[in-house]
Amino acid sequence: MSDALVGKSVPRKEGPDKVTGRARYIDDMRMPGMLHGVTVRSPVSRGRLRGVTFGEGIPWSEIIVVSAADIPAESNHVALLTNDQPFLADKELRHAEEPVLLLAHADRHLLERARNAVRFDIEKLPPLYDIDKSLAKDPVIWGEDNLFKEYNLTKGDVDTAFARGDVVVVEGEYSTGAQEQLYIENNGVIAVADEQSVTVWGSLQCPYYVHKALLGLFGLPADKIRVVQAETGGGFGGKEEYPSLIAGHAALLARKAKKPVKMVYDRAEDMVATTKRHPSRTKHRTAVTKDGTIVAMDIDFVIDGGAYNTLSPVVLSRGTIHAAGPYKIDNVRIRARAVATSHPPHGAFRGFGAPQSIFGLERHMNKIARVVGLSPEALRLKNFIKQGDTTATHQLLKEPVDMPGILKRALAEADYDAKRKRFARENQGSSVKRGVGFASFMHGSGFTGSGEKYLASVVGASGTADGRVRILAASTEIGQGTNTVFTQIAAQALGLEWDDVEIAQPDTAVVPNSGPTVASRTTMVVGKLVEQAALGIKQILVQAGVLGESYTSPQFRAAVKAYLASVGPLRSTAQYTPPDGISWDDQSYRGDAYGTYAWAVYVATVAVDTVTYEARVEDFVALQEVGRVIHPVLAAGQIEGGVAQGIGFAVFENVVWREGRMANGQFTNYIVPTSVDVPPIRVFFDEVPYPHGPSGAKGIGELPMDGPAPAIVNAIEDALGAPHSALHHVPLMPEQLMHAVDDLAAAGRKSA
Amino acid sequence: MKNAVRCSVNGTPCAFTAPPMARLLDVLREEVSLTGTKEGCGEGECGACTVIMDGRIVNSCLVPALQAEGASITTIEGIAKGEVLHAVQTAFVTHGGAQCGMCTPGMVIAAVDLLERIPSPDEAQIREGLAGNICRCTGYTKIFDAVREAARLLASAA
Repeated sequence: MSDALVGKSVPRKEGPDKVTGRARYIDDMRMPGMLHGVTVRSPVSRGRLRGVTFGEGIPWSEIIVVSAADIPAESNHVALLTNDQPFLADKELRHAEEPVLLLAHADRHLLERARNAVRFDIEKLPPLYDIDKSLAKDPVIWGEDNLFKEYNLTKGDVDTAFARGDVVVVEGEYSTGAQEQLYIENNGVIAVADEQSVTVWGSLQCPYYVHKALLGLFGLPADKIRVVQAETGGGFGGKEEYPSLIAGHAALLARKAKKPVKMVYDRAEDMVATTKRHPSRTKHRTAVTKDGTIVAMDIDFVIDGGAYNTLSPVVLSRGTIHAAGPYKIDNVRIRARAVATSHPPHGAFRGFGAPQSIFGLERHMNKIARVVGLSPEALRLKNFIKQGDTTATHQLLKEPVDMPGILKRALAEADYDAKRKRFARENQGSSVKRGVGFASFMHGSGFTGSGEKYLASVVGASGTADGRVRILAASTEIGQGTNTVFTQIAAQALGLEWDDVEIAQPDTAVVPNSGPTVASRTTMVVGKLVEQAALGIKQILVQAGVLGESYTSPQFRAAVKAYLASVGPLRSTAQYTPPDGISWDDQSYRGDAYGTYAWAVYVATVAVDTVTYEARVEDFVALQEVGRVIHPVLAAGQIEGGVAQGIGFAVFENVVWREGRMANGQFTNYIVPTSVDVPPIRVFFDEVPYPHGPSGAKGIGELPMDGPAPAIVNAIEDALGAPHSALHHVPLMPEQLMHAVDDLAAAGRKSA
Repeated sequence: MKNAVRCSVNGTPCAFTAPPMARLLDVLREEVSLTGTKEGCGEGECGACTVIMDGRIVNSCLVPALQAEGASITTIEGIAKGEVLHAVQTAFVTHGGAQCGMCTPGMVIAAVDLLERIPSPDEAQIREGLAGNICRCTGYTKIFDAVREAARLLASAA
């Protein structure tokens, strides 16, 4: 019997292939007779397509061309929530870089010339780039009112609380910009298709999302559509919904060409054409008593969904539920809206709406503290939620929650008190101002509300000819460690060795639908099903009399072989059922928004150079309670990577929009943190096992994206010694920081 | 127009014809079928396509094929000795230096090059040595750990 595998940092399952260059990503695959495919895209943000000219000097008869005319009108949409996004635009162009035509040929260089030779005759229409103009319906570009979705969440009696005589009202407005996922591997697929069947291999997070989209596009029986995940070079949400579109494109070309078609975007195309994090704007009004007790929060949260609905309602939902943070507030009103603009559709990106609303809240908490004369930590300690309290959605917290303990330990690890004193002294007369700041937050694990119930995910396990257990799940390994963690969970449940378990490559012809690889759900929700399916194998073997209750690894393998020889295929499945006592009402938006939450406090130490206007993060403490940690190295790797992306979101990553198009779609001018930009990232886990997670684990993937931006900007505010409106927005670029530094210096001179 | 180019890749003589401005990256991936070298950005910023050419690391997306004439090139496929991983590769696996794996070939080569130049680098030298290679998954921390571990492994083997 093996030592316990859970809690041990075993080597990454596919690690050796990745460090030797053997791992096969989609662009490493070739098929006989394969063509390349490219997309011809809209040059305008909004317009009506009147005609297409195929320029001279190109052998057009050799090139496969697909347009909206090749798709039955009723099938020309990417099946998702409202099915409003076409695979190819027909007459209406709704955003820059919208796909209009597809071209395929064996010669990539010819194809590029052909793409440049296509001319569109377009009647331009007025575009809409601004959240407030969209709310004002100026003009209406989607539906009747530009509104993709609105949620109104209420708890208690907000108006009465604001009317109390003993409260002060604190208002603030905060905003966040778009952010590019910037996985190092661009989006790409290879498709093989004919009239009877379609197969797509691709870099993707959610094989069954692509499967659903292809079903809608081709109207074939479900078993005639096959989606296989290739090794995937990062996703972060950027390969959640977008691969459905590119998979459809490659399949349309392959079907018409009767040859395999590979479509792999280059970096410039991936950056301008694919999804980004939703920009957001949050308005806060808070009623707080003089002792710092928050009695009411009134929050207006709006996200820019871009030109099509895609996943905006779900992103909005997570942002809404996290908008009131880890605090016990008796009276809460949140109005949340996702609006249409003429930007390319914004989409899933790690955190999924929560980093946006949490930035607003955690900046606003510091403002409230200042108004009532408390320290940022004293205000939080006064208002933290605890076990037995209810959240903004009326969710009763049944498991232990120790935010005060997490805060105190995080501040101690960061040496917060001593730093504040030291910086206050040292900043006097220095051109480099240091500061320290933090954010307190939580992140719900798994799908929101009834999501997991509706998904009803399934995981299978089977016995292999060599006596091993094979896990059959649609959850994808995209770098986060799914295959390693699933192996640990299954081997631990069965008391087997690491090598006794293998993980099937996600392939819709082989694995059941375990739901998408998103929402911090893989380890906690799907991992639990892995545990159950694995135990199902043992149960079958014991009941068949080929295995005793206690066994060694070789005995188990022998039992599997004996069963296969004497009985036949060995397979068990497990399907998700909600834990007892979990309920959610979509109408009132009340109930158990998530099965559980991870809880965290992140502390940033920054240095602001008042000459160069550069803000550097010098130290970062990330302390979180995530249930049981299954694999310490992978878990810390998730936190460190998320923190680095959060640092980018805060002070580096600025999507520059020009007429609705990303103007800096290159590594050269869209700046992400490099090895010299990241501070020491010090990760700490509090382990409180969650009873419904596998071995007590909760979700972890998105959490680290939520805290860095507000912690860093709170630290910058501390460094500057006073508030400034430039600090209400991220990314906080040097140009904006300059306004804050110069204005505060001028104000200092005036008062001196 | 195509030029004949002769060079050595991972110690094996190699001949191909390519347009003079074809990218070494494409030649390695398509003509030599060594797909371990990755394209991340195509403009020399991300380092995913890093290879060693005549003892120096280069971004193969910026090297014209013609320049490979007579050169000795090492790609990620040439770093391990058969099935025996290089210390840097071993440390990347055990210390979580590889997540999605897409930056990993370039990162491993940059680390190998760093440790050949500076056998026991300090923190600043590690950061500087890897500054041409972008990783979006790890936040670099585990990569720094892996490089330190590789330096220890190499020192104890020497």
